[in-house]
Amino acid sequence: MAVAAMQKQQQHQTERWGDLLDDDGGDLDFGVLLPPPVVVGPDAKGIKKVIEYRIDEEGNEVKVTTTKRVRMVRRSKSAIERRSWPKFGDAAKEAPGSRLTMVSTEEILFDRTRAPDAIDLGQVMRSLLVDMQTVVDTIDLGSKAQEPSTSVDSLLKANDKQPGGGLLMVCRTCGKKGDHWTSKCPYKDLAPQQGESSTDRPPSADGSAAQGGAPGKAYVPVFRRLGADKSGADVMRRRNDENSIRVTNLSEDARDPDLAELFGQFGPLNRVYVALDRATGVSRGFGFVNFVHREDGENAIKKLNGYGYDNLILNVDWAAPRPN
Amino acid sequence: MRPILMKGHERSLTFLRYNRDGDLLFSCAKDLTPTVWYADNGDRLGTYRGHNGAVWSCDVSRDSARLITGSADQTAKLWDVSTGRELFSFRFDAPARSVEFAIGDALAVITTDNFMDHVPTVQVKHIAEDLDDQTDESALVITGIKGRINRAVWGPLNRTIITAGEDATIRIWDSETGKLLRESDKESGHQKTISSLSKSSDWSHFITGSLDKSAKLWDTRTLTLIKTYVTERPVNAVDISPTHDTVVLGGGQDAMNVTMTDHRAGKFEAKFYHKILQEEIGGVKGHFGPINALAFNPDGRSFSSGGEDGYVRLHHFDSDYFNIKM
Repeated sequence: MAVAAMQKQQQHQTERWGDLLDDDGGDLDFGVLLPPPVVVGPDAKGIKKVIEYRIDEEGNEVKVTTTKRVRMVRRSKSAIERRSWPKFGDAAKEAPGSRLTMVSTEEILFDRTRAPDAIDLGQVMRSLLVDMQTVVDTIDLGSKAQEPSTSVDSLLKANDKQPGGGLLMVCRTCGKKGDHWTSKCPYKDLAPQQGESSTDRPPSADGSAAQGGAPGKAYVPVFRRLGADKSGADVMRRRNDENSIRVTNLSEDARDPDLAELFGQFGPLNRVYVALDRATGVSRGFGFVNFVHREDGENAIKKLNGYGYDNLILNVDWAAPRPN
Repeated sequence: MRPILMKGHERSLTFLRYNRDGDLLFSCAKDLTPTVWYADNGDRLGTYRGHNGAVWSCDVSRDSARLITGSADQTAKLWDVSTGRELFSFRFDAPARSVEFAIGDALAVITTDNFMDHVPTVQVKHIAEDLDDQTDESALVITGIKGRINRAVWGPLNRTIITAGEDATIRIWDSETGKLLRESDKESGHQKTISSLSKSSDWSHFITGSLDKSAKLWDTRTLTLIKTYVTERPVNAVDISPTHDTVVLGGGQDAMNVTMTDHRAGKFEAKFYHKILQEEIGGVKGHFGPINALAFNPDGRSFSSGGEDGYVRLHHFDSDYFNIKM
């Protein structure tokens, strides 16, 4: 049995001589100097990290961290047994390189007929997240070069489908909404360059903002940068803080629309947000709801605190204001 | 999602079937060899050699030990799933089209086409546990249907047999006596050939797809029409999700128009409808020919489609599919 396996391995190697040559060049000479690869996890959420070290073309040591999501699949005993069945019929004498089964190089989207509701923005983002995960998952398939463009494409598509899709797509250069991304702005050359303007302009009253544009400094959020639309940022911050209600002990199945439905009966809402785990996409069991009117919020807290929802008792209260 | 493309067949697909555990996928095509694939990664496990004509449909026993196939070479064959060995061959005097095992795998229903001067029949065969006892005799033969019978399946507890075909009528027969019990209403029923029929996982209702560009959901016991899904092209294949309230419809244009339109026109996508609201949810593109066969994995997390283009495409749903709220 072992001999057979070895033969198979050798066969395999002779087929893929191209790969073999590649391996010979790098690893054998330097492999001794590099730390061994480390595998962390998989943890409770099924996130597995593999940290590898290798030497790139220029001779630099590179640390490569790959994050993968591991999913356990339950199979019946007979199904596991069937896995080890020998191939038969035409499959037994199949040429090794025939490649009858291939993974499509094209990302196929589940095309929604009706655009998701405005509140489903979160869903669009989530599907994007999935795209990003597939990027991680498929890195070792060698299709790296294409990936980033696909995820941007799907964002574009998601935007197209949205009736008010412009909300997501705002150009920072010319301020136009829903037409193009900042990087694709046709007026890019006409707009004042940020680097120059920071030296030309006298420092404004708001010191922090003046520093914002200087290159090489710590990261400055977009809305604090020079030339950014300050009023918009203020509105956004106010929106996040005002009449905000925190909901905890939420069931894992509850999503934004569910919260909207539950709290919407008390009055108009500004924002509904369920915290999701970035990696797994599973709800983390809490969320926030912003009411337009404070009275509605009070009402909702009175009614919904201790309310049984999806077999859990909800915990509803005003969200603690941000420390700053 | 990135579908897995399986190119094992040289001609157009006719039928797809998962086994009960959902780890094997059986595909039939107009070439001579039914094929079995692993349903998670699409690797080919084996082929079943022995037919001498297009293979129209297949079914696998509950324990995934035996496969039955119906072919245009006027036979239906029993196979050993794990080795591809032919166990038995039922001979007919016309092409065999639809095959299905009954609950318990002791009976099988097989339909034969109208061919030369033979009328279409529905035949029930005993499947013996021991191959030495296996005979060619029919336990029941139902005749009296005009036009080809495209699909015949068992009703609940094997008490009835449901047939649908070219005459656009669904009929329920008593599986003991062969008596006609119910017939679908001409007014509310399909107007053109019924191409496919698929049962829900609990057999309480079933869906039919028809060339009249619609699919309909029926109650298995009373044969009352529950829902209608309207689309803009002939429906060749249908299936019901075992876990979600969705149904999937596959189809295409009439053969004469296929070469005149681009595949990107979206005519060859698998369309998903909400089972209850009858509303279109979305579609999955990819085939460059009409879809002839569709099947959901019994776990509801993936589905596969087989097209006129000879490809089987296996799709594992992304998480956004499971989060769709209507």
